[in-house]
Amino acid sequence: MSFELLLFLLFGGISAVSSVLMITRTNPVMSALFLILNFAGLAGLYLLLNAQFIAVAQVIVYAGAIMVLFLFVIMLLNPQKEKILENKPALKIFAFIIAALAFLQIGYLIFLSHPSGTNAGVAASVKAGTVEEIGRELYTYYVLPFEAAGYLLLAATIGALVLAKKKFE
Amino acid sequence: MNISIEYYLILSAFMFVVGVAGVLTRRNAIIVFMSVELMLNSANLTLVSFSSFMGNSVGQLFVFFVMAVAAAEAAVGLAIIIAMFRNKLTLNIDEINILKW
Repeated sequence: MSFELLLFLLFGGISAVSSVLMITRTNPVMSALFLILNFAGLAGLYLLLNAQFIAVAQVIVYAGAIMVLFLFVIMLLNPQKEKILENKPALKIFAFIIAALAFLQIGYLIFLSHPSGTNAGVAASVKAGTVEEIGRELYTYYVLPFEAAGYLLLAATIGALVLAKKKFE
Repeated sequence: MNISIEYYLILSAFMFVVGVAGVLTRRNAIIVFMSVELMLNSANLTLVSFSSFMGNSVGQLFVFFVMAVAAAEAAVGLAIIIAMFRNKLTLNIDEINILKW
């Protein structure tokens, strides 16, 4: 067993297990903490894929900023524990069947399409993941979407202020 | 890059269906919202793995944009949840049905 496979099993196992734990906890704070653990595992996987910039952005933006926002809202609203699925076993079975069917379908498509034929090698992969390469690509070909993302964030900030400020009927 | 891309794609598919199951089963609006974030992240994992295995950085650029959109979505969505909670004093999405016809 190679070291890379070992690291993949470690980080992938963390991600998979914490995602399942996230949707099964009744306490929303525990769910949020398991989601942060899932994001940390994903950051490790991104490093394993030679995507340095995305790994750092994952930790700062997702685990740092977005999940802190979630935890603030959970603490602010302090919701009572929900009675998870006790009164709706049919819904649980339905959701499990839907999820299993979707997983089988995606897995079939993955193995049907032989994606492993697209291996460009380690050197190209390392080059593609550096901040320099991503920045060059961003400011050469994707300037307009970049500016649009800035306006989207501005609009979201104003929208969040307006929505959270007043009561709506 | 000794292990093949299928490992990452299968993990991504698994995380996506876990997110789908979370959206379908949970009744707490915040946890439904976190399941949506989980699905976004599994799509990000697919984008990064293809980008890395093809040696092309455009996929990682799109992950960057997805993160920007997810941040905007989280801010607006949580503001809507706060406004809903003020109005109805509940987070149960079965009781929040003012948009249902």
